Amino acid sequence: MLSLYNGSLDVPKLLKEWYEAEAQSNYGAYIPFVGTVRSEDGIDGLSFDIYEPILNSWFEAWQTKAKERGAVIKMAHSRGDVMLHESSYIAAVFSPKRRVALEFIDAFVEDFKASAPIWKYDLIDGKRVYAKKRSTAIKGSGILGAKS
Amino acid sequence: MVKVEFLGPIQKEALELEIADLNELAAILQKDEEVNEWLESCAVAVNDTLVASLECPLKDGDKISLLPPVCGG
Repeated sequence: MLSLYNGSLDVPKLLKEWYEAEAQSNYGAYIPFVGTVRSEDGIDGLSFDIYEPILNSWFEAWQTKAKERGAVIKMAHSRGDVMLHESSYIAAVFSPKRRVALEFIDAFVEDFKASAPIWKYDLIDGKRVYAKKRSTAIKGSGILGAKS
Repeated sequence: MVKVEFLGPIQKEALELEIADLNELAAILQKDEEVNEWLESCAVAVNDTLVASLECPLKDGDKISLLPPVCGG
């Protein structure tokens, strides 16, 4: 399940909803990752753009992989502005045994950072500044560039 | 006619072009000062599927998207 929200995430509510949704599903492990906006470099917060069609297909490919291992992934992400100490991202894996969930949450979050079509901006003095240095080119980028 | 859209931080309006493949798009965008600095770091999707090569024939109504470097979370 992939859910997108305008602004910050209600962390206790989402973790509780996901817990309750799977409480009777016979999963032995529920491993959430909660991403929180930290105060650094004088930012007031972060802001996000999302390209949903490709995010959805990327997520569905991961859900299929999880299903093959008997697991399920849930993810929530913010659109627009998220201020300091608020959450913009939650991912969680449920699996019958802990090892699959621990491995999936690691691989899933890493690939999310490298591949999910989401763009991050620092909020500084009311302006959105693209977080270029912290961004990663998607695998296969550059085909339109000048051939050397 | 195909539509070319520029996602995320690339500040550029969508284009409508008469082109037959991505090689033609590359030639046009390399001459475009607004966008050429992004090309080396952009991924390309045709109809919302990422493509790995310029040898991709295009047909009327196709949507091409340029995806600059990402940073979710």
